[in-house]
Amino acid sequence: MQFMLPSQVRLEFKNVEYAVTSGRKLLNGISFEVHQGEMLVLLGRSGSGKTTLLKLVNRLLEPTSGEILVSGKNTQSWDPIQLRRQIGYVIQEVGLFPHFNVERNVGLVPSLEAWPPEKIAVRVRELLNLVGLAPETYARRYPHELSGGQRQRVGVARALAADPPVLLLDEPFGALDPITRSEIQKEFRELHRRLGKTMIFVTHDIREALGLGTRIGLMQEGRLVALVTPEEFLNLDQPEARAFAGCLQ
Amino acid sequence: MNILQFMWADRSEILQLSAEHVFLVFVSITIAVAIGIPVGILMTRRPRLGKPILTFANIVQTIPSLALFGFLIPIPYIGGIGTRTAVVALLLYSLLPIIRNTFTGISGVDPAVREAARGMGMTDVQILWQVELPLSLGVIFAGVRVATVIAVGVATIAAAIGAGGLGMFIFRGTSMLDYRLILAGAIPAAFIALAADFGMSSLEKYFMLEKKS
Repeated sequence: MQFMLPSQVRLEFKNVEYAVTSGRKLLNGISFEVHQGEMLVLLGRSGSGKTTLLKLVNRLLEPTSGEILVSGKNTQSWDPIQLRRQIGYVIQEVGLFPHFNVERNVGLVPSLEAWPPEKIAVRVRELLNLVGLAPETYARRYPHELSGGQRQRVGVARALAADPPVLLLDEPFGALDPITRSEIQKEFRELHRRLGKTMIFVTHDIREALGLGTRIGLMQEGRLVALVTPEEFLNLDQPEARAFAGCLQ
Repeated sequence: MNILQFMWADRSEILQLSAEHVFLVFVSITIAVAIGIPVGILMTRRPRLGKPILTFANIVQTIPSLALFGFLIPIPYIGGIGTRTAVVALLLYSLLPIIRNTFTGISGVDPAVREAARGMGMTDVQILWQVELPLSLGVIFAGVRVATVIAVGVATIAAAIGAGGLGMFIFRGTSMLDYRLILAGAIPAAFIALAADFGMSSLEKYFMLEKKS
């Protein structure tokens, strides 16, 4: 399994800074590596810069300084369109196209890549089965005809469609009720284990971070203040980490 | 002689003028759509252009229609007496609702959907055609409908500059103080407006259904 080769670096941030036009720095001195097959969870409060960091990876935002390497290549030397098609992107349920049915939503990137229609149809069925939605029942439905949990599954299926090596997930399960959320987290952990994709997962929920992450990156005011395994996280002496750990009681 | 008999007696002229009327509206709306929708799209891409363009269209809209026809007559190439001037005037009136609704419709697309589209690796052109336009089609259509109904009304004034249309009856009626003549122009014009509105809404439903199938 690719997952067992920790030496392969899939993603690297080198002293990255991101400032808005007013000069205020949203991210400062960010350096870390993500290995092939890892699930790095970025944990932090609202406004700590975790979503900003995620958007730098697929160039929805451009860094003010520093370098970001995806598969060993600086994102600035990638064509942004090609880069984004190599990276699955899942955001909260609103990201599905309301005027496309499930089939077209999931098959979007393959159709942009001009796959033949038969191949797309096969891939869509495969993915819907993978995320636990029966294609006969759901392929023709529109997003408004699905529950929150089902929409989120479609979002994950869509991100996986062109088999990208890297997945970015921005609080994908944030809008779900606690029961659905815990079910879908469990399935998602299993999915990650099976597919061996490299993932960056943003959340503000400490339970989700501990349950899903192979490592947890703690963000505070635009800095990455800790990058540790879930076991280590609970023993950190850092005040922000203790504040999050305190939520568990 | 009641009004229906009166109109029946003049049916060939009414048909002739109705056809001219429909022609004026059809040509000017077609050009207005061809200009207005791209301009509306451009405004969403270059927000700084948006304000001056909307201001211009708004000002044009406030010019009384009879005056606008009059202003256009002395202008070389587009002015003069006849159909061409009338088409230009109707076009100017139709631009505002089309531009504004295109701009509003596209600006109203959920930013999360647009961001998702970018994140999936769609190009700007793909986002426009596959996401933004389909999602704002209803609003854009509403603008074209409003523009069409207004144009049917304003086109009656085209008769004043010799462009024909149902306004001929109305002007003749007002100068002769004959209400039957006025109605012989006004009633068919109202029908044309209603038919245009109905036709546009059918077209809109057709597009909306096609999108869902």
